[in-house]
Amino acid sequence: MPIEQRPLLKVLHYLGMVLLMAAFVIPFLWMISTSLKSYAETVIFPPKWIPSKIMWSNFTAAWESGPFLKYFMNSVVVSISILLLQFTTIILAAYAFARYRFKGGNLLFGITMVTLMIPGQLIFLPVYLLMSKWGLLNTLFALILPFSSSAFGIFMLRQSFKQVQEELIEAARLDEAPEWKIILKIMVPMARPTLVTFALFSFIAHWNDYFWPLVMTTTDAARTLPIGISKLREVDGGAAWHILMAGNMILVIPILIVFSLAQRHIIKAFVYSGVK
Amino acid sequence: MAQIMLKNIEKRFKQEKVIEGLDLTIEDGSFTVLVGPSGCGKSTTLRMIAGLEQQSDGQIWIGDRCVNGIEPGKRNVAMVFQNYALYPMMTVKENIEFGLVNRKMPKAEREKVIREITEIVGLADYLHKKPQALSGGQRQRVALARAMVKSPAVFLMDEPLSNLDAKLRSQMRTELIQLHKRLGATFVFVTHDQVEAMSMGDRIVIMDKGRIQQADSPMQIYDDPDNLFTAQFIGTPPMNIVTRSKAVEAWDYQVDESVHHIGFRPEKAVMTMDKKAAVGKLHIPARIVTRETLGAEIIYQLESTVGTFYVKSFLKPLETAVEVNVSVSYTDLFYFGQDGQRVRALEPTEVQERLVIAGGGYA
Repeated sequence: MPIEQRPLLKVLHYLGMVLLMAAFVIPFLWMISTSLKSYAETVIFPPKWIPSKIMWSNFTAAWESGPFLKYFMNSVVVSISILLLQFTTIILAAYAFARYRFKGGNLLFGITMVTLMIPGQLIFLPVYLLMSKWGLLNTLFALILPFSSSAFGIFMLRQSFKQVQEELIEAARLDEAPEWKIILKIMVPMARPTLVTFALFSFIAHWNDYFWPLVMTTTDAARTLPIGISKLREVDGGAAWHILMAGNMILVIPILIVFSLAQRHIIKAFVYSGVK
Repeated sequence: MAQIMLKNIEKRFKQEKVIEGLDLTIEDGSFTVLVGPSGCGKSTTLRMIAGLEQQSDGQIWIGDRCVNGIEPGKRNVAMVFQNYALYPMMTVKENIEFGLVNRKMPKAEREKVIREITEIVGLADYLHKKPQALSGGQRQRVALARAMVKSPAVFLMDEPLSNLDAKLRSQMRTELIQLHKRLGATFVFVTHDQVEAMSMGDRIVIMDKGRIQQADSPMQIYDDPDNLFTAQFIGTPPMNIVTRSKAVEAWDYQVDESVHHIGFRPEKAVMTMDKKAAVGKLHIPARIVTRETLGAEIIYQLESTVGTFYVKSFLKPLETAVEVNVSVSYTDLFYFGQDGQRVRALEPTEVQERLVIAGGGYA
């Protein structure tokens, strides 16, 4: 019997959904609320949800407490560069793994998959030494180059490339399409949902990444937003929660924008699930 | 325009030979149909002509050019696929245009060609739609248009009608025949449907197990099959086949030892109420099991001492009769040897039959 026809179940169903949503939304709302309070209001008990006076000045305070424009631009450059590099490498690699049978192909793919199982914390030392040898520490290259490809991306994209009907590629061959055009005009549009999803994962991961920039950089010139935000905690006399939360808002807003853009594309992209 | 020649083609997948010693000439401007049961190698042959599959051995000539090692796009052929293979993210126009853009045809010329072709196939109103917004028949037309704009010397079609419903299929069949006349290009059409083959092709190539069984005009194949396979493959219902030993036993029919099977077409058999055999005719007492009334004709399934066989009749249906006698003229019999090949030399001809009537006998 469908849920719609049983009122009690229906209530429980929606209750569950509301609770689940609350678990995700309440911390977020709390962050917004705190970012707009005065310091005094952040520490009062019982806590207040709506600040008595909206303190936009928290944002300017956070922004001006360090070279935030620099951090922000660094974050943008790093995240976008990583994304572009990854797209280039994973599309080519996934196409080769999905569509060609070549000597050692399986072995290479196996090696690629194995790298998925190695955590970043294990390889950061050798990579650090490498970057240091190349003189790239404290530059954005140290934050970009190690992520110029993604085994996860290759794996995901290879799967969706494999699902493209062979006839489409054959039709394109008969239409005199060169290999690069088959990739860009046929394969990539067909794998759009996968690419959008991957882009989202990759962007969020590297935008929020704290560990890697912390290890690879020591100067403000090469640091990114998450590190800048964390420095907001280091104010004398305890944490300035209102400033910290304003900083977090600055960090999160671009992700929300990217997400809302991607979401539209995901829905659109799923319409292309293929003409049978 | 171009003639296609396959010379001693062999195709192996891993160790398995799927096509062996295939020699075939497809005449310039012909509508040639490759037909056969699944797995007979017809699609593989077509794909080798297209260049999508590399032959393991032998030569393929299109026009006066050996195309071994020439890319599919450079062979001056166009292909229509069974599932249409339209690019789903492109509009109808972009689909049709894709090959022309790749050939770097100037935009003005492109627009002109696309306008002409879409007029012909009746797609002018759908140019800016995506394929998923079209019906099966419309998608098929887009696939055709995509092939036509390139004005290739050869059209290759891999079961292009099998995804359409029966009515649309027969309509498209007629349209393809007209299109072939209009374009004058060489058409190579693959199907497993013998009706499609008979109705469309001016030449039929029947394949089985990677070998050509017979290549001829439709009526030639029907009237004069080379072997047991083609005799049974073409014709609905298929030719009735009786083994010699059964024929000798049940009908007291005398025939040379080298003949292993005797066959006759269902429409050559006549049902009568006569108990006595007519002169120069085979006489088979039988019982009607089923009647299929198809309108103009009726197909009877009959049971006799030699097994079940079919009779096709254009007369008024025999509603009540159960026990009937079937008579088949000796001249309508086909003989096949042990290897399935026709044994034409031993078949009764009209001359011999006159001898029989005159009281003589024949070996």
